[in-house]
Amino acid sequence: MTEEKIDRGKIEIDVDECKGCGLCIVACPVSVIEFSRDIINKQGYHPAQYKGSGCIGCGNCFYTCPEPGAITVYRLAKKQS
Amino acid sequence: MYEKILEKPRSFYDNYPRKDGDITVTHYCPGCGHGIAHKMIAEALSDLNLAERTILISPVGCSVFAYYYFDVGNIQAAHGRAPAVATGVKRANPDSIVISYQGDGDLAAIGGDEIMQAANRGEQITVFFINNAIYGMTGGQMAPTTLVEQKTTTSPYGRNPHNEGFPIRVCELLSSLEAPVYIERVSLHNSAARAKARKAIRKALQVQADRKGFSLVEILSGCPTGWKVKQPSDSLDWIEKYMLPYFPVGVFKDNTEKAEPFRYIENVPPKSELPKLIDIPMEDKVVQASMADLPGPYRNPRIKIAGFGGQGVLSLGVAIAQLGLMQGYDVSWLPSYGPEMRGGTAHCHVMVSEHIIGSPLVTASTVCVAMNKPSLEKFEKELVPGGLLITNTSMIDIEPTRKDVEWLPIPATEMASELGNIRFGNMVVLGAYLQKTGLVPLKVAFDGLHIFLKAKRFIPDNEKAIQVGADYVSKKLAGK
Ligand SMILES: Cc1ncc(C[n+]2csc(CCOP(=O)(O)OP(=O)(O)O)c2C)c(N)n1
Ligand code: SF4
Ligand code: SF4
Ligand code: SF4
Repeated sequence: MTEEKIDRGKIEIDVDECKGCGLCIVACPVSVIEFSRDIINKQGYHPAQYKGSGCIGCGNCFYTCPEPGAITVYRLAKKQS
Repeated sequence: MYEKILEKPRSFYDNYPRKDGDITVTHYCPGCGHGIAHKMIAEALSDLNLAERTILISPVGCSVFAYYYFDVGNIQAAHGRAPAVATGVKRANPDSIVISYQGDGDLAAIGGDEIMQAANRGEQITVFFINNAIYGMTGGQMAPTTLVEQKTTTSPYGRNPHNEGFPIRVCELLSSLEAPVYIERVSLHNSAARAKARKAIRKALQVQADRKGFSLVEILSGCPTGWKVKQPSDSLDWIEKYMLPYFPVGVFKDNTEKAEPFRYIENVPPKSELPKLIDIPMEDKVVQASMADLPGPYRNPRIKIAGFGGQGVLSLGVAIAQLGLMQGYDVSWLPSYGPEMRGGTAHCHVMVSEHIIGSPLVTASTVCVAMNKPSLEKFEKELVPGGLLITNTSMIDIEPTRKDVEWLPIPATEMASELGNIRFGNMVVLGAYLQKTGLVPLKVAFDGLHIFLKAKRFIPDNEKAIQVGADYVSKKLAGK
């Protein structure tokens, strides 16, 4: 149906577990994470958020995030043949 | 069609209930390197299947609360003492995986000798050493690892080597020792460095799992708060710019290939040999005697004996313990040395019991022997009501304040002086105590002299002193 390129990866950032340190933003090689300027989470930070597309599933953001559960990384499953 | 590849490692708890703070997040500042290191360690423990048998020793420092996060066995140690605690835990549980997690203040300042000795002994533990060049927890004071010219609250003009010395390179120091098997320094400043850090953490744990020996990974780690950087991510540049030139990353020691899997050598002598080896002439007897014939208050005495250093209070304690042992009781003797050895009060704790003694520490004493005035003032308050208070009236010109105890005053020093030497005062008291309580027969005490008295030529004099003390009590009891 759509000819849109399918991203190799995607991430989820838990709004309330994020401390807005920005380390993941610096670590992302394709710059697909940003601060959400309009959200203030329950800890009082502007959390980081995924821009929504372009993730390559490298895991860099995960390994630089100091919060145990703030980031979850997904990768496109290999097609079973 | 997407699958989860990286999520919160299983070796973390689901959440972190603690006194205050949100239980879904850590207590660390935004961007703190401790959190990054925690995640790598937790991931390694899960992937290597070690969490079930891991015991993590938390330090004092910002990571003091590491036990809130890791779903493993947890112990929190006094400042700098994690390697000592880890040593005990590992030796008592050789199959466990023991981690000493420490900051640079903890490890390199107050605990500097602890880590050196543990490494030198080649303890089978893994140390994760978080070097952030500062004391984070206490508000950013200078650490032994603080860099030259680095400003901290205690080096406000910058660390000056002429005053404060140069920063300590822990890996370099420890790798000069023979025993350590694996020592590496890694950094958390960028993704490539973090990949190496993850690998090193795994390797260090694997070294322990394979029983190869002591492993340590130093982790150059950001402290955005202590370094007062503008935004947390600037701490990564800070590591690169300031820390890396002085603290080069790399492997400093790696004997993992050569090291043979370690086994604790069981060269412990058989229990039956112990008395001989440590020069106790007695068999290691199970408690077999009974105090049923003694008046209640005199049974199972918990004794505090105190006096001037030269009054023989420690040897009086040894004597009572030895006699108890000869009678078949369980006994303990705990001396308290200290500055008192040079003039104040020395004291010892003695227990004689029909039961196995758990702790040799005497707190609520049932017998107090005060050989001088300061001892009376210091220790009479510890006596239980109805306890026995023996005071050496030759040296104490006041009455006890306690009226709810049994008081046995005896001019022990003067009586000993009449026998020719004031140093026999302790044996006068021994005689009086035995006569008063019947804990062991005098006959046993005379036999015991041959064991506990070092200078055998004084045996006759000491026998006399014991007898004189006993007679004093008999006469008193007879109403004379
Ligand atoms: C015996 C003792 N001395 C001093 C302190 C005060 N103290 C608490 S943490 C700390 C230093 C912590 O620095 P570091 O080990 O580098 O850990 P960080 O907080 O930077 O992670 C000090 C000196 C203490 N708690 N106990
Ligand atoms: S997984 Fe990699 S590409 Fe995707 S958001 Fe994280 S750092 Fe960026
Ligand atoms: S690294 Fe973690 S805590 Fe920091 S901004 Fe990114 S998601 Fe939030
Ligand atoms: S003070 Fe430094 S080491 Fe402590 S939690 Fe904050 S950033 Fe981490």
